[in-house]
Amino acid sequence: MLLAAGPAIGPATAQQKTIKIGFVSTFSGPTAVIGNDMRNSFELALDHMGRKMGGIPVEVIYEDDGLKPDVGKQKTEKLIESDKVDFIAGYIWSNVMLASLKPIVDSKTFLVIANAGPSQIAGELCSPTVFSTSWQNDQTPQAMGTYMNSKGVKSVYLIGPNYAAGKDMLAGVASTFKGKVIGQDLTTWPSQLDFSAELAKAKASGAEAVFVFYPGAAGVQFLNQYAAAGLKGKIPLYTAFTIDELSLPLQKENALGVPGAQEWVNDLPNEQNKKFVADYRKKYTGLRPTFYGAQSYDAAQLINSAVVATKGNLSDKVAVQKAMEKADFKSVRGNFKFGNNHVPIQNFYLQDVVKDADGQLSLKTVATIVKDDQDRFHDKCPMK
Amino acid sequence: MTLFFEQCLNGLQFGLLLFLLAAGLTLVFGIMDLVNLAHGSLYMVGAYFAATFAAWTGSFVFGAVLALCATLVVGMAVEVIVMRRLYGRDHLDHVLGTFGLILFFDEAVRLIWGPAGLSLPLPSWLAGSVQILPGFQYSSYRLAIIVVTLSVAAFLYVLVMRTRIGMLIRAGASNREMVGALGVNIKLLYTLVFGLGAALAGLAGLMQAPILTVQIGMGENILILAFVVTVIGGIGSIRGALVAALLVGILDTLGRAFFPDILRTMLSPTAASALAPALSSMLIYLLMAIVLVIKPEGLFSAGNK
Amino acid sequence: MSGAFTARNVATAALIAGLVLLPVYSQVFGDRFILTLFTRIVILALAAVSLNLILGFGGMMSFGHAAYLGIGGYAVGMLAHEGIYSGFIQWPVALLASALFALVIGALSLRTRGVYFIMITLAFAQMAYYLVSGLARYGGDDGLTIYKRSQFIEPLNLSNKVQFYYVCLAILFGAIYLIWRLTNSRFGMAVQGARSNEARMRAIGFPTYRYRLVCFVIAGTLGGLAGALLANHADFISPATMYWTRSGDLIIMVVLGGMATPFGPLIGAVALLVLEEVLSGITEYWQIILGPLLLLVVLFARGGIDGLLSLLGAKVATKVNPKVGS
Repeated sequence: MLLAAGPAIGPATAQQKTIKIGFVSTFSGPTAVIGNDMRNSFELALDHMGRKMGGIPVEVIYEDDGLKPDVGKQKTEKLIESDKVDFIAGYIWSNVMLASLKPIVDSKTFLVIANAGPSQIAGELCSPTVFSTSWQNDQTPQAMGTYMNSKGVKSVYLIGPNYAAGKDMLAGVASTFKGKVIGQDLTTWPSQLDFSAELAKAKASGAEAVFVFYPGAAGVQFLNQYAAAGLKGKIPLYTAFTIDELSLPLQKENALGVPGAQEWVNDLPNEQNKKFVADYRKKYTGLRPTFYGAQSYDAAQLINSAVVATKGNLSDKVAVQKAMEKADFKSVRGNFKFGNNHVPIQNFYLQDVVKDADGQLSLKTVATIVKDDQDRFHDKCPMK
Repeated sequence: MTLFFEQCLNGLQFGLLLFLLAAGLTLVFGIMDLVNLAHGSLYMVGAYFAATFAAWTGSFVFGAVLALCATLVVGMAVEVIVMRRLYGRDHLDHVLGTFGLILFFDEAVRLIWGPAGLSLPLPSWLAGSVQILPGFQYSSYRLAIIVVTLSVAAFLYVLVMRTRIGMLIRAGASNREMVGALGVNIKLLYTLVFGLGAALAGLAGLMQAPILTVQIGMGENILILAFVVTVIGGIGSIRGALVAALLVGILDTLGRAFFPDILRTMLSPTAASALAPALSSMLIYLLMAIVLVIKPEGLFSAGNK
Repeated sequence: MSGAFTARNVATAALIAGLVLLPVYSQVFGDRFILTLFTRIVILALAAVSLNLILGFGGMMSFGHAAYLGIGGYAVGMLAHEGIYSGFIQWPVALLASALFALVIGALSLRTRGVYFIMITLAFAQMAYYLVSGLARYGGDDGLTIYKRSQFIEPLNLSNKVQFYYVCLAILFGAIYLIWRLTNSRFGMAVQGARSNEARMRAIGFPTYRYRLVCFVIAGTLGGLAGALLANHADFISPATMYWTRSGDLIIMVVLGGMATPFGPLIGAVALLVLEEVLSGITEYWQIILGPLLLLVVLFARGGIDGLLSLLGAKVATKVNPKVGS
């Protein structure tokens, strides 16, 4: 009796009582700061909507992946099977995302990825119910490579961590950079803390510039050591995802004048962004939103746009999908559209670290590096 | 050639730092027979104290001294409240109990200082680089770490080999019961030794703080390396810890520096760049396995069990 | 294991009954997640039970047991990646690979004792961890998604959650029974004897090194089986499965539940993982509760939860398990 397959999940009621959203991110350990920023921004978006979507109250369940793929997958399953959520959002890490993808796709739950951008999900693993409000990993460093060309850089040394995103980043910069990649080092992630050996090699290689990708605290360590090794100001440093509002208070002067590429910067001149940044700083005193937060804010807006368009009837999956594909909301990065693989086609900007009016360090948009950039894996996605 | 020399210096600096951690670990291990996984937490606490006190006093050196004292106190408190109840118990009880302590310390630090981590800026007189040889610059702070740790190693040598406390420590490492039988206040000795170990861990933590970050969980990765050093050197042996720390530090640094290039000459560039970081991380564990297979009690075993 | 109604026996029986009836609860109340959660618990309990054979009974403090989880899991994952889905190939390969790994590292590690043994087993597990991290073809650090579970002949279908749960549970009980038989055999007595006094066992003619090695290989093989199950359960395998913290988790399950007892590791696995799940639901700072709790168990409940239950019983059952000495 028991071995017979259990009853299928009950049909979703046409008239929703609440919109249930599961949010998976890292809320424990050293990278909890990123998860907190994402949660803060998601909550702020809900505040802005009056905590209702299309007139229906919203309930969000936050789950901590602990930076572990298997834990992330288990929490994802809990959200789908136990909480029976309508949408899942979040995910910082490419490897956690890849591990959690299967139960989401199998259950046809709508997923809005607010950060992770592994090439597989942009390519062969793309799915009708999976959307991203971030980017594909390679895009940001590709923009950096383009910028380095414009600066006339002839040779570069690449350094990054040895995991999915790290390899994507270095491959991304090498794909657009026209000069010579003199050498590259992948370091053990996340346990390697000291980059003295790699910095010595970069210095000895005679490269004109160094490109680096180190998210979170590792970015602080790298910049500190770059300065301590006496390289700052001698060899120009180019970065992706290494300097943000979370790491900047720790990097301090070491980050001054170090350029990075980003799809969102806090000073982008659109109304939605001004409101987002101002209200964030008002609600969470002493904190500044990051691109992780901006992407999470957009994730909430994307979900809201679909709920409103379908008048809360989430049982019609095709209608929800069609509504989401329109990306009909005011993004904090300025409007974007989705490619066939549900990854945004968007601008990438050059950001720099400057001292603002109150003498504090802040990130500032300097230029637009590429316009309407689409990731290079969208051809591999079977969706048209 | 200068590159090789620089990498050796880097390895030396890393090794000496590991020595600070391993020295405390090996003393506690050798004398109290205690497996203390929470040693890394003391390293973290030292760094947090240093960052806090340096910000209060506005002086790096002041902050460091205050942090050392504070870590010493925390260490002795942990010994009195928890550790002394674990002496004489099974090693696995130590593992479980001190693992519980790690969880506690991590969360306590998060409650007190928040999840974001702190930074400990270098004073300007240490921030730059100095010319050691003509045409060869080296980070002054890393050089300072080498000098400080070498002085600590010398201090430990004098303490252990030339003082009465040191005599008791050495006696304790080889025969615990005998020291107790001699009427020495063994409880006090244990508290002092544990406090000393904590202070050494704290010193390592606060010296790493400016070049790494001060963050939760910073002690856990380096803890395993410190254990590796302790075991290669032989439990209870300060001299062994020093030799093993230098071996591990230099092997790790040189491995990372030159292994990828060597591998690239043998394999395709893509395969090499994927495999090299993994294999160079393996080197220290390989070293430990080889040492233990040949000498099952480490290079310099202090005990005579 | 006396048949009396001690608190310990009643609790163990209740736990077993609960595990057997869990799918019924899951079906009746429509809570599918509890089945997913407990499938994972049962699999990790199997790993803990296998670790207990060497850790508790054999006195071999291995800090590298997660390596077998990884090897078993990667055997399934790599074969699936190459298009071989048959469980009749995947599982034997998983078992064989784990056994072989255990044989090699056991032969080398068993030369050392005590903390040195802890560290050398850790070293080998870490080497295995870094090795798979370097295998770009199989996902490297990011791990490998497994799109099809191991295939057996109909009607056995591992994709059915209830079926898969019972398969795991049956294997767990089988392993507990096997280890119970083993530890009460002449071989098991000799291994346990060697734990407290190896010289004496050798003197009366037991080849202790070889016995311990066999014990080590059996435990590793069972660990590999748990790994094959875990990979099927998660549809995913990554190097993180064999990181040293996971080995630490397994040790904690064993010590928490009660070393050298047949059901202790199972109790420990259930207690630890359920506690984690419940506490993390209550507060984000759950580790500040769990940490001191573990410490309290060590300080005041010698012999883990199982030992605590024995104490609670009015009648103290005759213990099969002698005190663990160092």
